[in-house]
Amino acid sequence: MSNVFIALQTNEESRHIVEALLEDNPTAVVDEQPAMVKINVPGSLVLRRTTVEEKMGRPFDLQEMQVNLITLSGHVDEDEDEFRLSWND
Amino acid sequence: MDMQASKKKLGLKERYQVMTRGLDWTPSYQKMEDIYPYVAYEGIKIHDWDKWEDPFRLTMDAYWKYQAEKERKLYAIIDAYAQNNGHLGVTDARYINTVKLFISGISPLEYVAHRGFTHVGRQFPGAGPRVACLMQSLDEIRHAQTQVHSISNYNKYYNGVHDFHHAHDRIWFLSVPKSFFDDAITAGPFEFMVAIGFSFEYVLTNLLFVPFVSGAAYNGDMGTMTFGFSAQSDEARHMTLGLEVIKFILEQDPDNLPIVQRWIDKWTWRGYRVLTLVAMMMDYMLPKRTMSWKEAWEVYFEENGGALFKDLARYGITMPKCAEQIALEKDHLSHQAWSTFYNYGAATNFHTWMPDEDEMAWLTAKYPESFDKHYRPRYEYWREQAAKGNRFYNKTLPMLCQTCQIPLVFTEPGDPTKICYREVDFKDEKYHFCSDHCKAIFEHEPEKYVQAWMPVHQIYQGNCFPEGTDPTVEGFDPLAAVLKYYHLEHGRDNLDFEGSEDQKNFDEWRGMATKNV
Repeated sequence: MSNVFIALQTNEESRHIVEALLEDNPTAVVDEQPAMVKINVPGSLVLRRTTVEEKMGRPFDLQEMQVNLITLSGHVDEDEDEFRLSWND
Repeated sequence: MDMQASKKKLGLKERYQVMTRGLDWTPSYQKMEDIYPYVAYEGIKIHDWDKWEDPFRLTMDAYWKYQAEKERKLYAIIDAYAQNNGHLGVTDARYINTVKLFISGISPLEYVAHRGFTHVGRQFPGAGPRVACLMQSLDEIRHAQTQVHSISNYNKYYNGVHDFHHAHDRIWFLSVPKSFFDDAITAGPFEFMVAIGFSFEYVLTNLLFVPFVSGAAYNGDMGTMTFGFSAQSDEARHMTLGLEVIKFILEQDPDNLPIVQRWIDKWTWRGYRVLTLVAMMMDYMLPKRTMSWKEAWEVYFEENGGALFKDLARYGITMPKCAEQIALEKDHLSHQAWSTFYNYGAATNFHTWMPDEDEMAWLTAKYPESFDKHYRPRYEYWREQAAKGNRFYNKTLPMLCQTCQIPLVFTEPGDPTKICYREVDFKDEKYHFCSDHCKAIFEHEPEKYVQAWMPVHQIYQGNCFPEGTDPTVEGFDPLAAVLKYYHLEHGRDNLDFEGSEDQKNFDEWRGMATKNV
């Protein structure tokens, strides 16, 4: 199965996003590089708004992630509650 | 009567519908083919533009909000970096040459990308792709501007970046990235989208921005790191647009497949050739390295691109054929490129040097199959010669590839001891190529590529000297005249890093920053 990935700048906001990703995707693997963090997950990945809000302790709009996003791989699907990445193979 | 306000706030999907297609209209007194004159001639068949959807579902109002936030963060850091003399915190002054390469080679492309997306956004009849192209065209001009602003701080202290745009349009090696984008914006709107949106942004851009920017961070260059990440945060959207374009075109009509496959083959190769500059930057120009070119290629092309093409197989799309040759070149590309720039270091707007012992050991470890056998002996010889006062500068102009415009310096696939030459006769003229792939691209559209502005040919024709130059006078020095035409100052902007003004100033200023004087 191919990996999907998402890479974020390392900062205080994305720290919570990464925590949420690890909680929602048990097979996720973290790859830390200078100033950035890359999360690889086999097949598909989901980021849930409620999990991020829990970690941050404040309301969070998933589109806020645009500010800290570096790159991603896979088909994107986004609504108010979930951001998903997947491959169809 | 007041308009009835809906009780519930619109959801993301509904808002996207309202703010894209909801703002579109069907023309009543002009014909569609008059409004969108370029949309049919490439042979791509689209039956329903409404099938297009941006999976991020970003609308213009949200776009402005998040872009404004990115800008505020970026400019705060640029100011702080400049105020704090951040340039003296980079690993060593050799690093700054990567910034010179970036501003003269890449930033002008951001501007051309802005023009390209403005153009194709206007040409597509669908509201979805029009909005996405509008956002990308705004992103691209933002990238050009923020790069110029960030790097202008280096221009106050270091040589070679004083006239980057003049350089971009003239300097021999900068014709490689320039002609790449010129090729794309002179193609039709669908080819442009596949070329830039898909092949460059989706398949290759990670190799430019991620290692470069992470490398900048690793080498203490906060300014570059910040504009790079700020730009890259837009790239994720561009990549998604690129992938969406491919899926959309392929789902619309089975006849589109062979056209799209040809474009993917062509532009993956064209883009890869441009990335030669990134390969040598990663392996030679970053004093502290994050990963080798070969490793980056394996992660971002072989693994990630592999996953992508496996996914697209359901449409009949296959991995571009050039991937086989690229796999053979990954052990050699950066070394052959750096050797070339070391040779032609008298005609560049940045400095070159030979790697030191530690760096050679790193190269040996990263390239066990090739470095010690093919490149180390060459470097040791050059280093020896330089120590004796014979630093080698090649003054003979090289033969260029008519398609990618890179000098013919690459070796035969599978035989790193033999230079690869290909040629084609077309209308009584002979054209030269660096590879089978560049040759095939030319053969498909010879009328386009015969018009290329080839720097070496132009120099020999006398078109690259300042106005009023008389090349027939005794003792005429063509290189000196060409450097004047490039607006480069000999001995200051070019030549070896060792003994350069940049090296001397950096050492002196860094000394002042850590001592009382």
